[in-house]
Amino acid sequence: MENTNFLWDLMGKNIWSVLLVISLPLMFVLVYALIAILAELKISAWIQERLGPMRTGPWGILQPVAEVVKLIQKEDITPDQSSKLLYNLAPFIIFTGAYAAFAVIPFSEAFVPSGIDVGLFYVFAIGSISAMGIVMGGWASNNKYSLMGAMRAVSQLISYEIPAAFAVLSVVVLASSMNMQEISKMQTGWFWNWFIFGGPGSISKIWVIPFTVGLTLIYFISSLAETNRVPFDIPEGESELVAGFHTEYSGMKFAMFFFAEYANMFVVAAILTTIFLGGWNSPFGDFMQGPWWGVFWFIAKSFSVVLVQIWIRWTLPRFRVDQLMYVGWKVLLPLSFVCFIAISLFVMLK
Amino acid sequence: MSEKKRLDLEYSQLDSDRMRLNVGPQHPSTHGVLRLEVEIDGEIVTEVIPHLGYLHRSFEKHCEKMTYPQIIPYIDRMDYISAMNNEWPYVMALEKMLDIKVPEKVEYIRVIVAELNRIANHQIAVATFGLDAGAFTPFLFFFRDREYIIWILEKLSGARLLYNYFRVGGLAGDTYPSFKEECLNVIEKVRKTNAEVMDLLIYNRIFIQRTANVGILTPEVAVNYACSGPVLRGSGLRYDLRKDEPYSIYDRFDFEVPVGKGEVGFVGDCWDRNIVRMQEMEQSCRIIEQALAQMPETGDVKANVPKRIKPPKGEVYMRTENPKGDLGFYIVSNGTDKPERLKARGTSFVNLSVIPEISKGYMFADLILILGSIDIVLGEVDR
Repeated sequence: MENTNFLWDLMGKNIWSVLLVISLPLMFVLVYALIAILAELKISAWIQERLGPMRTGPWGILQPVAEVVKLIQKEDITPDQSSKLLYNLAPFIIFTGAYAAFAVIPFSEAFVPSGIDVGLFYVFAIGSISAMGIVMGGWASNNKYSLMGAMRAVSQLISYEIPAAFAVLSVVVLASSMNMQEISKMQTGWFWNWFIFGGPGSISKIWVIPFTVGLTLIYFISSLAETNRVPFDIPEGESELVAGFHTEYSGMKFAMFFFAEYANMFVVAAILTTIFLGGWNSPFGDFMQGPWWGVFWFIAKSFSVVLVQIWIRWTLPRFRVDQLMYVGWKVLLPLSFVCFIAISLFVMLK
Repeated sequence: MSEKKRLDLEYSQLDSDRMRLNVGPQHPSTHGVLRLEVEIDGEIVTEVIPHLGYLHRSFEKHCEKMTYPQIIPYIDRMDYISAMNNEWPYVMALEKMLDIKVPEKVEYIRVIVAELNRIANHQIAVATFGLDAGAFTPFLFFFRDREYIIWILEKLSGARLLYNYFRVGGLAGDTYPSFKEECLNVIEKVRKTNAEVMDLLIYNRIFIQRTANVGILTPEVAVNYACSGPVLRGSGLRYDLRKDEPYSIYDRFDFEVPVGKGEVGFVGDCWDRNIVRMQEMEQSCRIIEQALAQMPETGDVKANVPKRIKPPKGEVYMRTENPKGDLGFYIVSNGTDKPERLKARGTSFVNLSVIPEISKGYMFADLILILGSIDIVLGEVDR
């Protein structure tokens, strides 16, 4: 299938259009991160019956900007006994891992930075790079808390990638494609064509709906663990590990970790949107359907998922390490396996 | 032979190193400047050594250089979260020495402010315990409500935390006109928030998993370490000085002493210690309601006390039920206006000593919860 990308049509395929395609998601991530930080501050405030930031700008909307400015001004400390190269490299590797995933995320039917055929596979492969960055940062800090945080982070990322992969694989079986743009296109039409409701097809798909809904939940829970969010924020569990793997980081390098966390939140939300929630498709058939509306629907859906992540963060306490492993290996993994087999059987018998 | 030797070497290398970790004095969840030297094997705690003294202020020695009334503000600074309760045993000890009978109204106001302060203390205890478990929202709910209590105490005494309100033989001042209504309003708010937190935190599945069967303090160990307060009652022992050794006018009120029952785990775990605090808040509300109803409208707030307080030669020990447990003052008087010796039995200090005993073999994250469930205040540990 041809790569649908409006910039190719507009400017041809040259170095400038490629650079523009690369930088468009980056611009989006920068703006998104500021909005997400504000959302986090405001939503946590509403949950706790506070006002949240109110002084920076009207209604406090400039608070994220103020925070970024503050972080830039801070002294950039490198611990004396640290491994300098790895220490300085780690934040960038983590952010690279988060940002590289944007390459295959279809924002609209007319824009996907790179519509490669193994998009979903690529997302999982590139997502694991963050784990490497966390280990590098944790180990190079030469701090016991950082090291423990890094160890926990890696074991957690690896454990939760498996149920998430099964959830994604089931959609791949249903759609018989790994191309994220193609998966999005398949779900065109009303919202019952989304893969959370079994994808497009005849009424017989009703048998598969419980499993796809379950897989959506499994993927969402795993994605919380992969982005180190509450209740799975054990790697940075404040009460015991101070700040986990980024205890020693300050200033802009800390901001990079922060930034990568928010970028990662959006990536997992975008994947969830693309493979289960119809991607850039309007929920109501042809109503508000089109390339530009696609961007709106895609961002609206993904951001809703991000808001749910924030909501959960301010509601629940956190798990303990062994309980986290229990949930991952003994609950989510078998369940996702059952769903996967059921969906595969359905596809075979259809 | 060489083969065996090589294997031995490998096995010895497999034996994981134990790591020594300094938790504190600067750490988000040591509740102050406590330093715990922790030895961990992976995530399992094998040894805990608390190191104290970062907040030592020579309280007892200072007291020997000050007159009796001058010591009261200093006592506030021991357990600065429940200062009203701290002052009480001290002034009662002196009243016992001087043989002063305090007026009826003073007793009622003392009960009310002490119970209000007890609620505020337990709110902080449960809130920070939840925070240790990772739940941030209940923390702010409790702090919001605690503010109303603090406002009442501020109106009475002029200070938010360190009240200096109790005097030998009376109080610093009378109540203000709207005192009664405000207290009843606060009780209503406390009950509402407690009901909400019960759903949000206490009976949350994740919270129960984290705290049930963790840090089990058996009754024998609790008694051997002289634990008191909610820590002891969490282990299922019904021991409360307000009931067992009724001081002041506590024998006039109808209230219960909640104990840990092992509702979700084993008796004496972190969850039990926490639920005891939640239930004690409700009992304090009941006491305040009864005290407000019985309190005489008029009356003096100061007994006939000599201008210079000079207790006769002798010694006295007085203890009361602080929110954290038994708080006792042992005063030796030499007949002058300064004490010969003043010894305080700090509850937090005694309760803290049980940490190495009950936190071995649990995970590192549990140690933080165990510490939170003991509810210590470093101002009282170090003095």
